[in-house]
Amino acid sequence: MTTALLYVQKSAKRGEIITLKAIASHPMETGHRREVTGKVIPRDILKQMTCKYDGMEIFRADFYPAVAANPFISFTTVATKSGPITFQWIDDAGKIYTEQTELTVSE
Amino acid sequence: MINRHLRSSRRSVLITLACGTAAIVTGVGIDPASAEIDDMEKAIKTFTKGAKLNSGKIKLDISPLVENGNSVSLSVEVDHPMTSENYVKRIALFNEKNPQPEIAVFHLNPRSGTSKVSTRIRLATTQHLAAVAELNDGTFWEDRFEVIVTIAACSEE
Repeated sequence: MTTALLYVQKSAKRGEIITLKAIASHPMETGHRREVTGKVIPRDILKQMTCKYDGMEIFRADFYPAVAANPFISFTTVATKSGPITFQWIDDAGKIYTEQTELTVSE
Repeated sequence: MINRHLRSSRRSVLITLACGTAAIVTGVGIDPASAEIDDMEKAIKTFTKGAKLNSGKIKLDISPLVENGNSVSLSVEVDHPMTSENYVKRIALFNEKNPQPEIAVFHLNPRSGTSKVSTRIRLATTQHLAAVAELNDGTFWEDRFEVIVTIAACSEE
């Protein structure tokens, strides 16, 4: 079960640049490791993370196996209006994990 | 404090041993098909679609000496405005000697405000990293950096 932690401030002034941080719990199995028997451990990673806010995708990251386990990401956006900020991760099987936070924007 | 120190050095030894044992028992701990230096150049070329690569503007910020390759903090930033006329479109990270040359691609837009992005990556061994930024005017900018890794990302159970 993948869970995610978001570190995003709750309020901001309009036009302010805010930093958004997120960590998803995931082993990010590379597909390059082997068991003691020599069998390759199949790849299982979160291959993409997207962040939506105020009606559009404000950030997207494509991950490869070189991203560490429990992928951490930090990026910025301009506070435009109050509303939800939605983070979404997609794994190799196409399964989607969503986490959301609310931002209040003042004038 | 001393205890903690001891424990961590014991862990390092165990990790190193585990790594060595895996290599002996299975022949290989990780897939031997490590990316060659050329693979990184090829991957960069795929990203830029053969466009000219300029150096400068982008800055890759990572520790030059890394103790544990399993989780290495890294940030990139491009010295470029983020307005609707002028902005950074994509930033890609590449490595030389992990099994695959790609690390991550970040997609930005004018609403990003800045082009600063941070993440944590794996490094199989001491190697060069490259960060390449694509601007909305179609130009590509790169920065390279060598990182020395003392414990490789091959032993985490």
